[in-house]
Amino acid sequence: MSKGSFDVKVGLAEMLKGGVIMDVTDAKQAKIAEDAGAVAVMALERIPADIRADGGIARMSDPAMIKDIQNTVSIPVMAKCRIGHFAEAQILEALEIDFIDESEVLTPADEKNHIWKHSFKVPFVCGCRNLGEALRRIGEGAALIRTKGEAGSGNIIEAVRHMREVQSNIKKLTKMDDDELMAESKDMGAPFSLVQQVSNLGRLPVPNFAAGGVATPADASLMMQLGAETVFVGSGIYKSDDPASRAKAIVEAVTFFEDSDKLLHVSTGLKPAMKGLDISEIPEDQLLQERGW
Amino acid sequence: MVKKIGILALQGNFQNHKLILDHLGVESTYVRYSSNLDHINGLIIPGGESTTMTKLIDKAGLYESIVSFAAKNPILGTCAGLIMMADNAMDDRVNTLKLLDIDVERNASGRQIHSLVDTLTINYNDVQKKIDVTFIRAPKIVRYGNNVNIIAKYKGEPCAVQSGMHVGLSFHPELNGISIFHKIAFNNIINNRQELHAA
Repeated sequence: MSKGSFDVKVGLAEMLKGGVIMDVTDAKQAKIAEDAGAVAVMALERIPADIRADGGIARMSDPAMIKDIQNTVSIPVMAKCRIGHFAEAQILEALEIDFIDESEVLTPADEKNHIWKHSFKVPFVCGCRNLGEALRRIGEGAALIRTKGEAGSGNIIEAVRHMREVQSNIKKLTKMDDDELMAESKDMGAPFSLVQQVSNLGRLPVPNFAAGGVATPADASLMMQLGAETVFVGSGIYKSDDPASRAKAIVEAVTFFEDSDKLLHVSTGLKPAMKGLDISEIPEDQLLQERGW
Repeated sequence: MVKKIGILALQGNFQNHKLILDHLGVESTYVRYSSNLDHINGLIIPGGESTTMTKLIDKAGLYESIVSFAAKNPILGTCAGLIMMADNAMDDRVNTLKLLDIDVERNASGRQIHSLVDTLTINYNDVQKKIDVTFIRAPKIVRYGNNVNIIAKYKGEPCAVQSGMHVGLSFHPELNGISIFHKIAFNNIINNRQELHAA
């Protein structure tokens, strides 16, 4: 019998495919997310757009709030800890959280080291901007990868950049000869065995989701068509004018991501989306995607 | 016409089931619309979230069509698929298809930290076999009718059942590359294919 093995962790990530994972800040929002058809919720005190506006140090959420959400919904509940903050992760594990997001949305706790995720029984999801970063996180034990995008921006451009980067890095590896892989592993700063594995599989060894900037059903479809297997939506839902309708529309857009008639139908008549930010309006030292390496 | 198995692909791990069918040399297709059911001879309802599937089955107008498909064709459900096939999931959030005379309790095995891989013994006709399978936030079968055949138990409780043509599992054989339940549920289709290969 094996509990908490890497395969069991990836197993839950497999079940979340083709779904939408929604950021929620209280039990009421969590209920709306579940009713809309979310496959999981991410419990956090402030959504990324507010973290960005408020400034200060963003930390793990109050366990009481997370517990309230766990008691309200029947779908998996995820929560964020700071990059490198394994003590926050230990608390989340003791809470029996279903997935821990070691997230650049919170203020990093360690400039150099991410959490050694293999020593936990609960699975971790981590962000990446390219294949090297994804494989470093998987090497540390992440059971699920999401492209970072730029959280709280309501702007899809960074999510697209990161997903395209990962996919083109993967394509490149599949065309390489065995004797080229070691040099590539050195250049990417990624574990050789994982580089070899990706070269053989033609995909990441764990599911690959998209995050950071999804605000519309069309954004969700775009990320799925670019190779995402599920979409995280943070500020995009609760910063819009009618969160429940928008949440439902994005759920349908992910399932029917290639069906343009369906996409037209679910995109029609929604109240305004979140306003969003041009990436150039964000001071460089406030780009969340730069956190972690 | 070559017989084909459909995999409900609204949400969940439908790709893992396709890999099993590919390995068995069986034709398969993803099902997202009622019209997809016209050209298949069996259906798999995969794992995922049963609350999400409830919404999407409703939105896609698939509820009635799956129920009438099931009157003539076999269905295999795993985990959330088993929940969807149950008579009662004892939860207002889930609208089950009532294809198996069982009641299930969702997430009865607890949160992800309690998910596990373990060995089961299956008893089917003259076959007795030990296999490794994966339980992910697994449901439990809390009631079963007289006509339900128990194929396997885990810790004394039924986890794999057959009723008429249909098979339901509270775990994931497809995550361990196990195909025996696909062979049991789609006995006719898979044997026909093998005969075709032999010919």
